[in-house]
Amino acid sequence: MGTETVHALREVTLDIQRGEYVAIMGPSGSGKSTLMNLLGCLDTPTDGSYELNGNRVSEMNDNQLAEIRNREIGFVFQTFNLLPRSDALRNVELPLIYAGIAVGERHRLALESLANVGLADRVHHKPNELSGGQRQRVAVARALVNKPSILLADEPTGNLDSKTGTEIMALFRQLADRGHTIIVVTHEESVARHARRIIRILDGLIASDEPVEK
Amino acid sequence: MNFFTELREGLATSWSAIRANKLRSVLTTLGIVIGVVTVTLMGTAIAGINRAFVESISSFGADVLFVSRNSWFIMSEKQWLEEQKRPRVTLAEAGVLENQMQLAGAVAPVAEMNEPVKYSRRNASNVSILGTTEQYLFTSGLNLGDGRFISQAECDGGRPVCVIGYEVATNLFQNGEPVGQDVLINQRAFEVVGVLAKHGGFADDSSADNQIIVPLAEFTYAFWRNPDYSIQVKVKNLGELDDAQEELRGVLRRYRRLAPDEPDNFSIGQQEQFLELFHKVAGTIAAIGLFITGLSLFVGGIGIMNIMFVSVAERTREIGVRKAIGAKRRTILLQFLIEAACICLIGGIIALLIAWPVTWLMQKAMPAELSPAVIGLALLVAVLTGLLSGFFPAWRAARMNPVDALRNE
Repeated sequence: MGTETVHALREVTLDIQRGEYVAIMGPSGSGKSTLMNLLGCLDTPTDGSYELNGNRVSEMNDNQLAEIRNREIGFVFQTFNLLPRSDALRNVELPLIYAGIAVGERHRLALESLANVGLADRVHHKPNELSGGQRQRVAVARALVNKPSILLADEPTGNLDSKTGTEIMALFRQLADRGHTIIVVTHEESVARHARRIIRILDGLIASDEPVEK
Repeated sequence: MNFFTELREGLATSWSAIRANKLRSVLTTLGIVIGVVTVTLMGTAIAGINRAFVESISSFGADVLFVSRNSWFIMSEKQWLEEQKRPRVTLAEAGVLENQMQLAGAVAPVAEMNEPVKYSRRNASNVSILGTTEQYLFTSGLNLGDGRFISQAECDGGRPVCVIGYEVATNLFQNGEPVGQDVLINQRAFEVVGVLAKHGGFADDSSADNQIIVPLAEFTYAFWRNPDYSIQVKVKNLGELDDAQEELRGVLRRYRRLAPDEPDNFSIGQQEQFLELFHKVAGTIAAIGLFITGLSLFVGGIGIMNIMFVSVAERTREIGVRKAIGAKRRTILLQFLIEAACICLIGGIIALLIAWPVTWLMQKAMPAELSPAVIGLALLVAVLTGLLSGFFPAWRAARMNPVDALRNE
């Protein structure tokens, strides 16, 4: 026995254009998480290449990856992943802090981003003082504050009731209409149908890649 | 992001983390507090003893050469046997030095012995009786508190007068003026003409305060006909101390008719020798003491390391989130290092707040001194302990893979 190398993804070739709204679907174990980690620059492929906005991500080291994540990717997680001891404003400011933006500018951008998701009146609330939907909005505001190339959402409605889930998906729709590039990873058909293109993964391969007819 | 922003953000993050786990932080800090308190008190005691010793040694003026038959510090039995063959230092030699030395400002022969002392119905034993001349006032650097010193005429003529130390005065004359009274030294009456000012010294045990000075002629007449003299030579100019010592050697060797290949058969001591030996001994004691107390600080450091590992483990997800949104390794490393250093710095400050009154209490029993250097050192040691013991946990946090960290529940 011993460790066995598992190729979570094989022979995946994918092009996503600026301004697209894409859903990546697949059952658990299909390799969609691995694909998301690669797209989000959290991981690099053992083989093959990934180019984001002209940057060859597949050959970057840890610190370069951190920089590119900061600049190009906005993450929205299933469990929100806000810092529990910091208020909404500070949570949204965090990417700007890592980008080295001065305090005044930081405040302005963070407030603007919170206003864009409809939370202008909740900036000094801590996560445990906010509802699930509001927390996810803070997370979206944090993801967008650095004006990234991609908004990458991993099961963004997974921890929300269906009503607030729909609200968040409506927010995503608005953002897509404003020209943001959005990639949503989900296993829920109803969530995926909000996107304009659905890529289905099965056993590490792309099973289908087609636009959503409305 | 530049280093200062990073530092400031690290401080803010650390502070909120410490506040979020108050009880844990307090308990962890306790280890550091105990460590720093023991190290500080040790340092305090050492500094105090050093200062007290240097103070008491200053009664041996820095510009005085002490001629005696034996060395101050005898390092071997062989040396001791050798020095037993030396001739005694004589009164005539003091006269020779006074007449022939160009660089000497004052020369005082001194003979010393212990005698019981009595005034009215009060007794004092173990008082050293010094027979010397009026020059002793200059060579010893003693100050008078009351009355006057013995005069040259009294020394030449041998009048039974004496100058008593501060402690002798307070012991024998509990209420009343010593000057003008007669004390009995070994059954002989001596009129007190002066009282020395309080000298103080190492741990309140000052021989300078517990002495009686009488004219040398009176000393040899009343107590000891042919005593073992020593000679104190005060140099005119401190800068010429070494030259004066050479001159003294030359004069004495010529007087004793020593051939050029014979070694000196007398010893010349100076304050420097005392300080040197003391610093050697005190340095060793300080090193051992600080090492032992340092162990408790080490234990505190292990506590910090332990709790930082816990802190990193329970914030794995937070580390993942921070990395996902752009924190570099350095940022994470710094965040946890600062947290560890802050816990220790707080511990150091609390420790000093404890050590301060304790030092004050210690001062009642022994010389102790909480100097700015010790304070600075204590804080520095505290922060260093934090950085050292926090490094490994912080390094582990910094190297975490964001994918794994985010998956952590």
